[in-house]
Amino acid sequence: MLHFQKWKVIMVFGVVLAGFIFSIPNLIPASALQGLPSWVPHKQVNLGLDLQGGAHLLYQIDEKELVDDWLGTIRGDVRETLRQNRVGYTDLAQNVAGRSVSVRVRKSEDMDKAFTELKKLAVPIGNDVFGGFSGYDLEVTRNDSDGITMSVTEAGLNNRISAAIQASIETIRRRVDAFGTTEPSIQRQGRNRILVQVPGVSDVERLKSLIGETGKLEFKLVDPSANAAEVASSKKVPPGDELVYSSDEPPVPYVLRDQVMVSGENLVDAQPGFDSRNGEPVVSFRFDAAGAKRFGRVTQENVGLPFAIVLDNKVISAPVIREPILGGTGQISGNFSVQEANDLSVLLRSGALPAKLTVIEERTVGASLGADSISSGKKAAIAGLLLVVVFMFLAYGLFGLFANLALIINIAMIFAVLSLMGATLTLPGIAGIVLVIGIAVDANVLINERIREEIRSGKSPFAAVDSGYSRALTTIIDSNVTTLIAVLVLFWLGSGPVRGFAVTLTIGILTSMFTAVTVTRMMVAYWLRRARPKFVPI
Amino acid sequence: MFRGITLIPADTKIDFVGQRAITWLVSAFLTVAPLILVATVGLNMGIDFQGGTLIEIQTKESRANLADIRGKISGLGLGEVQIQEFGAPNAVLIRIASQPKEEEQQASIAKVKEALGDTVEYRRTEVVGPTISSELISGGTVAVVVALLGIMIYVWFRFEWQFAVAAVASLVHDVTATIGLYALLQLEFNVSSIAAILTIIGYSLNDKVVIFDRIRENLRKYKRMPMVRLLDLSINEMLSRAVLTHVTTFLAMLPFLFFGGEAIYGFAVAMCFGIVIGAYSSIFVASPMQLILGVRRDAFSVNADAAKESNKGRAGAAAGA
Repeated sequence: MLHFQKWKVIMVFGVVLAGFIFSIPNLIPASALQGLPSWVPHKQVNLGLDLQGGAHLLYQIDEKELVDDWLGTIRGDVRETLRQNRVGYTDLAQNVAGRSVSVRVRKSEDMDKAFTELKKLAVPIGNDVFGGFSGYDLEVTRNDSDGITMSVTEAGLNNRISAAIQASIETIRRRVDAFGTTEPSIQRQGRNRILVQVPGVSDVERLKSLIGETGKLEFKLVDPSANAAEVASSKKVPPGDELVYSSDEPPVPYVLRDQVMVSGENLVDAQPGFDSRNGEPVVSFRFDAAGAKRFGRVTQENVGLPFAIVLDNKVISAPVIREPILGGTGQISGNFSVQEANDLSVLLRSGALPAKLTVIEERTVGASLGADSISSGKKAAIAGLLLVVVFMFLAYGLFGLFANLALIINIAMIFAVLSLMGATLTLPGIAGIVLVIGIAVDANVLINERIREEIRSGKSPFAAVDSGYSRALTTIIDSNVTTLIAVLVLFWLGSGPVRGFAVTLTIGILTSMFTAVTVTRMMVAYWLRRARPKFVPI
Repeated sequence: MFRGITLIPADTKIDFVGQRAITWLVSAFLTVAPLILVATVGLNMGIDFQGGTLIEIQTKESRANLADIRGKISGLGLGEVQIQEFGAPNAVLIRIASQPKEEEQQASIAKVKEALGDTVEYRRTEVVGPTISSELISGGTVAVVVALLGIMIYVWFRFEWQFAVAAVASLVHDVTATIGLYALLQLEFNVSSIAAILTIIGYSLNDKVVIFDRIRENLRKYKRMPMVRLLDLSINEMLSRAVLTHVTTFLAMLPFLFFGGEAIYGFAVAMCFGIVIGAYSSIFVASPMQLILGVRRDAFSVNADAAKESNKGRAGAAAGA
């Protein structure tokens, strides 16, 4: 075990050297690193949100709203289909709890036709994993002699949720990008959740309001015949109208036609700007061709009447149409601040979210706390390392020095692997490195104690060191594997900081097997051959 | 040349297992007392498991006016609110009880920020909704159980079932004792506490495996030695190693207690305690349990695996060189 072939020595040297080379960028400030030539390794360890500050927001999509919307669409489709096929029907209703839409056919001779036609509304869905067919999104069933029920299938619902999550991620990305922070991470988590992590953000409330806003924009006509204040107090909304409040404090009621003139889907651009007459911040927008045509026609027919710009069911302004707007462009003014105008334009550009998102977990760390954590973590880790190094030297003398050298190589290697993997270092991660120091040293303690025992049993230095290493090895492997089991569970369970702890601990345990066993053995073997000691100083 | 200081003389012979009448009582106390403590005093559950909002602020003035802050926040109608100094005189921790709905939870932060305004710096905000907190509870429990099971299976494979049972029993002892510490010191019990417990499990088991390894070796070596003596011999042989390892790990962790910062203080306390309790249970729980479980002496001589054989061979060859 003490004889090393040349290529092995070279390989070990190479690995150790690589460990130092790839960990060095972490000692150089990022600004200085950029000035260095490209062949110098540049990768540094990513700092977790708890160390650099930032926001961790876990959103959950409103599944109920998604189902509600879908059932509404299905109901519309059923009505349309039956009308087109001239089938008389009654009792068209949606059942939210049962996730279904039911209808009764008036004449029994129409029943077969209605059933076949409605069956066509069910769309086959592909399977995520294999791309194959995995059923329909709707299950169409006949009940009694005249009833037909369309119920949402589990696969169909999952498909909807996936699509909504995908669309939401795109929308959120556009919104967060406009915020101008570096490297936000937006990813799906589980079935109906999205995790948004934005490092270095300072105004979290603004970020949240920008992400969480549904952003559904609608242009609607104001009903000129209704008195809004009266309707608001009596709650008697004229048919075909709806009561909507403004976003002011206190909210102002408006009675609007419930038909949408043009919606945000027809928007192609929105930019913040200033009103040319009074210099107030406004948002200018542009419609696509279809939107421009419709907007032009409605404004032509309603000159002199007010219309309302409605965002997420709140009126943001209700200007009077002075002249037909035919060019497809316009502007929204609503007593905005510059920032509000900017955020609104981002919201409109990014498109609406398919369903409401709710924050179910939020963890935000300010930049100053992050900086404090780095400095205290650093201080504690260095103090811990120094204590261990001094103690190991006192306990084992020369062999303690070997272990200490290996320890420093190990720490360099942990940072090298973390940098190369692009892994994230968190405050618990720093504690993990410290724990690795303990575990790595334990390997050397086991070896050295074994050597002591072998010497006591009267072996020569060579033989004692050799069997010390080989006999300690199984113990080291057994004890490290058991620790790894617990750590892997931690990795699987944890998120964010805790996972960072599991990552450094796993990497550290693996690298420590190399440094504490192979590297020290090589050092000891070299020393034995050079010094040819009569006894082992241990 | 400096040979290092020998802390534990090689011929140390302490009858650890011989004192088992007393140590069983101590171990039983360390396992049962925490349960009583948790049942009566209770754990200081953090928002991870209880849901709620936590806001850490730092005031511009060098000493925060807690009464003033309490006055501003208690009027907001947010239910139970705790306000306390946190680490430094100008650092304040505000804890708001879980609101029934996720939206109200979000609204509560906005209200607090509005009430306190820009005069303070918001260092940290954590909001855990009811959905997540219940998931974290079940996730944490599952993690600890899965870790224990995984470990039991591994030890069973590598040793004998008696060792696996002894390992898990002593780990349960460590876990309850650690939870008892959380209850006793009223340290906040949260996700990082689960991380601490899992780490203690890993570290403590590491120690047990090392002793088991020696017990196995001695079972092969001394076929006639009475079990109590054999266990004591194994522990004594590994005592120097145990002391050195635990002292180094403890020394490495210790600075985190003093200047690791508030965020990691609870974790550091639990880890330092775990190192001690793990060392205790290796000697006083895991080892004497072999007497109760009755390890078969022939188990290892018959089963002696190939790796061991080849090791012996190599060691022999080296000795002859």
